Amino acid sequence: MVTSDGRILRYTLGERVHHWMAGLSYLYCLVTGLAFWSPYLFWMAIIVGGGATARFWHPWFGLAFAVAVLWMYKIWRSDMLITDADRAWWKVSQNYIRNEDENLPPIGRFNYGQKIFFWLMLYGAILLLLSGFALWFVESISWSLRWLRYLAVAVHVAVALATIGGFIIHVYMGTAMVRGGFTSIIRGEVSTAWAKTHHRLWYEQVTKKTSGQK
Amino acid sequence: MSQASAQIRKISGHPGPTPGANVEPVYTVCKLIDTTTCIGCKACEVACLEWNGYPFRETVFDNSYQTMPETAWNYWNLIKFNEVERADGSVSLLMRKDQCMHCAEPGCLAACPADGAIVQYSNGIVDFQQDHCIGCGYCVSGCPFNIPKFNPETKKMFKCTLCVDRVTEGLEPACIKSCPTGCLHFGTKDDMKDLAESRAQQLREHYGFANAGVYDPAGVGGTGVIYVLHDVTNPEEYGGLPRDPHIPWVVRLWKGPAKWIGNLAMLGGIIGVTLHYLRFGPKQVKADVEQKGEQP
Repeated sequence: MVTSDGRILRYTLGERVHHWMAGLSYLYCLVTGLAFWSPYLFWMAIIVGGGATARFWHPWFGLAFAVAVLWMYKIWRSDMLITDADRAWWKVSQNYIRNEDENLPPIGRFNYGQKIFFWLMLYGAILLLLSGFALWFVESISWSLRWLRYLAVAVHVAVALATIGGFIIHVYMGTAMVRGGFTSIIRGEVSTAWAKTHHRLWYEQVTKKTSGQK
Repeated sequence: MSQASAQIRKISGHPGPTPGANVEPVYTVCKLIDTTTCIGCKACEVACLEWNGYPFRETVFDNSYQTMPETAWNYWNLIKFNEVERADGSVSLLMRKDQCMHCAEPGCLAACPADGAIVQYSNGIVDFQQDHCIGCGYCVSGCPFNIPKFNPETKKMFKCTLCVDRVTEGLEPACIKSCPTGCLHFGTKDDMKDLAESRAQQLREHYGFANAGVYDPAGVGGTGVIYVLHDVTNPEEYGGLPRDPHIPWVVRLWKGPAKWIGNLAMLGGIIGVTLHYLRFGPKQVKADVEQKGEQP
């Protein structure tokens, strides 16, 4: 896992592909979804080819997003289970917000916040997919079952807003706040110092494995 | 006449004020359907197809005279036939011409996200503008009368226009023109209300229909199509005419308070992370950890 120049592989190529498949399809759905959300944001549909084009592609990109997220669930499920170490970390997580990381207990490959974001997006994707199907084929829902149409609107809007909240924090932390995070999800590698600072238990685990193989 | 209907009172998905918002309408147009004198001849169905240029489409037989179960994207006018058994064992064959109701507060327009895809003229006609329609189908969820229909080929929504093209030129809608019994009337809302009320009174006083009345539901601000019913206390008997139609509360919540709560929450999130960055900045990877990390 540790390369010759002291860097550690954090995300395999497959993991990076899944992440960006989810990320870019989410971004498209976000832009077009916001256009449908408010007349004051309808210009967002214009920049991606107009309202009718946006309406045509939004469900297909949504489908791609759901597939990517379900794929992530398959490969990251065990890494995303919440452990006792995470709960201990969460209790003092105000130190994390204040950048006083020296007062935090060591944690594994993902911290509690990342795990919450993962589960938010997983359940969010499932709910958006189900309600999205109802909105996609709204006329197939018979008049007597029209409460399903209303439920789909309510669920799609509420869940989309929840994921947007997570998305804002995720992008902020991955780019501006935790330096090195953005590079890691593009090129896959982090420095040993980065691994030790942010995910010490994971660092110890992967270095042990590497030395064990030698 | 053409000037009055060309003024636009409401526009769907429109940021900012509507051009004709402050226009004082000269009058509101209205179609009156007297179900008590309808004979179910379907001349209105044919006239609608003829005027709007649609060929006759396939029908669906369901053990009644009804042409198909509900209106279609290219079949805007449909007489609904209902056999209702009375307490004394007699049977009433109720016939109601179903089409867009042209609500004063249209649920389709409230739900529509596309700028200008649905407009309401100052004379009250609610019209779909297919060149602005994006085909999302939100109007289907917004309508309390199950009227907007999707054309899968063009991916646009269609419905009765109240023959806005005829009305603008001073003509009555095609369905009105074709009615052989005179059960269809067209005029200003005030005139049609008067006519409907006097007919209902006649039915109550001289024909023994104690519950006869006028259907002009207040839940959607009144409609541009009103009915005289033998029994106004049972509108559901007439092919599912809703008793108290209103814009679904989910749609009202979604297009009202939820919009502002959602927008404030999204804005708050962006402001929040910006302030966090200004106050705390990025996380530092400790240099001493870096050195210690190189030990074998």
